[in-house]
Amino acid sequence: MAISKEEIIHIAKLADLNLSEAEIEKYTKDMQEIIEFANTINNVNTEGMGETIGTNEKVNVLRKDEVVEFGNRDGLLQNAPSQDEGMFRIPKVLN
Amino acid sequence: MELYEYTVHELIEKLEKGEITSETLTKSYFDRIKEKDNKVKAYVSTLEESAMKKAKEIDEKRKEGKPVSKFAGIPIGIKDNMCIEGTKTTCSSKMLENFVSPYNATVIEKLNKEDLVYLGKLNMDEFAMGGSTEHSAFFKTHNPWDLERVPGGSSGGSAAAVSAEMAPWTLGSDTGGSIRQPASLCGVVGLKPTYGLVSRYGLVAFASSLDQIGPITKDVTDSALLLNLIAGHDEKDSTSMDMEKKDYTLSLVNDVKGMKIGLPKEYIGEGINEEVKQAILNVAKKYEELGATVEECSLDVGKYATAVYYIIACAEASSNLGRFDGIRYGYRTEKYDNLKDIYRNSRSEGFGPEVKRRIILGTYVLSSGYYDAYYKKAQKVRTVIKNAYDELFKKYDLLLTPTSPTTAFKIGEKTSNPLEMYLADICTVPVNIGGLPGMSIPCALDSKGLPIGFQLIGKAFDEETIFRAAYTYEQNSNFKENKPTFKGGDN
Repeated sequence: MAISKEEIIHIAKLADLNLSEAEIEKYTKDMQEIIEFANTINNVNTEGMGETIGTNEKVNVLRKDEVVEFGNRDGLLQNAPSQDEGMFRIPKVLN
Repeated sequence: MELYEYTVHELIEKLEKGEITSETLTKSYFDRIKEKDNKVKAYVSTLEESAMKKAKEIDEKRKEGKPVSKFAGIPIGIKDNMCIEGTKTTCSSKMLENFVSPYNATVIEKLNKEDLVYLGKLNMDEFAMGGSTEHSAFFKTHNPWDLERVPGGSSGGSAAAVSAEMAPWTLGSDTGGSIRQPASLCGVVGLKPTYGLVSRYGLVAFASSLDQIGPITKDVTDSALLLNLIAGHDEKDSTSMDMEKKDYTLSLVNDVKGMKIGLPKEYIGEGINEEVKQAILNVAKKYEELGATVEECSLDVGKYATAVYYIIACAEASSNLGRFDGIRYGYRTEKYDNLKDIYRNSRSEGFGPEVKRRIILGTYVLSSGYYDAYYKKAQKVRTVIKNAYDELFKKYDLLLTPTSPTTAFKIGEKTSNPLEMYLADICTVPVNIGGLPGMSIPCALDSKGLPIGFQLIGKAFDEETIFRAAYTYEQNSNFKENKPTFKGGDN
């Protein structure tokens, strides 16, 4: 079943992307081709197979959960498009 | 011979003997960059002022007889998705065009301890998504062997800079071939270490279960030296393995007698360019002459790796790139009335077309109703592929394949068809799916004078065997006599 334009519009909304009419056309066509190609994995018998999430046998090498001072708040904030008194500034959320 | 023509291990010797200074060495690279980079366009930004200052400081220390690392004063170039504190990390994206790193990546902390000198940040496909560096939001990088062709990608700037001798060595990152494929197309050595050998902290995330940082160098010895510097557990990356530190230079031994090398027939068959195939068979013959056994084998499930890769990598990318919302860092739109507008308009204006394509694909395969059919199924096929490698490595010490099915293609040749571009990764992607180490080593030029690379794939955390075999090949061949011509490219 081919992906429809409506599905692409829905997916773009989930991903917080606005698409122009031309982009919708292009990505619908691209996705149809790519998904058709991706469907080839259905030819593989995976009965009884577990899912590989990471490839290490030791999945997580954990450290102690301790608070560490980052120490460069100014460095972080200088990248914010809008900031005020050491905080990120955003438009009003509640009326 | 100009200073920029030497390998790093030769430069170390010259610095230690006092034959050269870091200042003259570093300057020779900036002169070279000024001469060549207007054509190659490998660097997104250069750090001349801080580099020259650092080089002078190291020279002072050496002159005063203070203890310094043997790597002190050696220049290096860094792919522009790794953070150097106080400098820009753009990922070649409009989204991060003005992002200044507030901290160092762990690999940078490690290089800082050895007093390396940063030449600059290198161009890439936006967010490392691509195989040609044509998806950079800023400009395309050109292949030094033919300026009308791509350098490969996504670490195209890192590979082209080493090839054009605008850096003695560089760091790249590899999610599906992004170190090895450009290394192959540019005629240099590129290593993707085993997943978990090098910390990813401070590397802008693309697909977290696949990404690895690795060296791009002029020869195998330099590759071992640079891996020595960057490998090791880091408590800031819980997927980095806690294991004993190795010295990879101990594996630089000119001997492959008794080594068993598997040659998966799928990678010397259909879809592989005839000249590339012939070059790989010549490498196999060379290894046999040198005393190794080379035997044809099969990695049949490997043909599903590219499909598995694009499902998993895009799923992870769509999640990782969710953080770009125009609030804390990165591009913010000027057109908004409310918070939702900031998110949507910033992302829509800040990301380029290939990044959007992959976010859409990733969101699709993770969305309700498709998760099991695509994402979950892909992870199961990943297990099947991993098991197939495990079986092969019961019989073989290494696997030998081409790195890329073709040599460098023309700029613009594959940009209109994304699927065709994805298939440029068929030889490298399975290695990431398996989490294994892989290295590309240059071995021949095709009839157009373009480099061909072969790939050695090893067992997990067995970079040593790769280094040994790669070094042996290098010692018994003469690719190094070839130099890029910088032909073409008056456009």
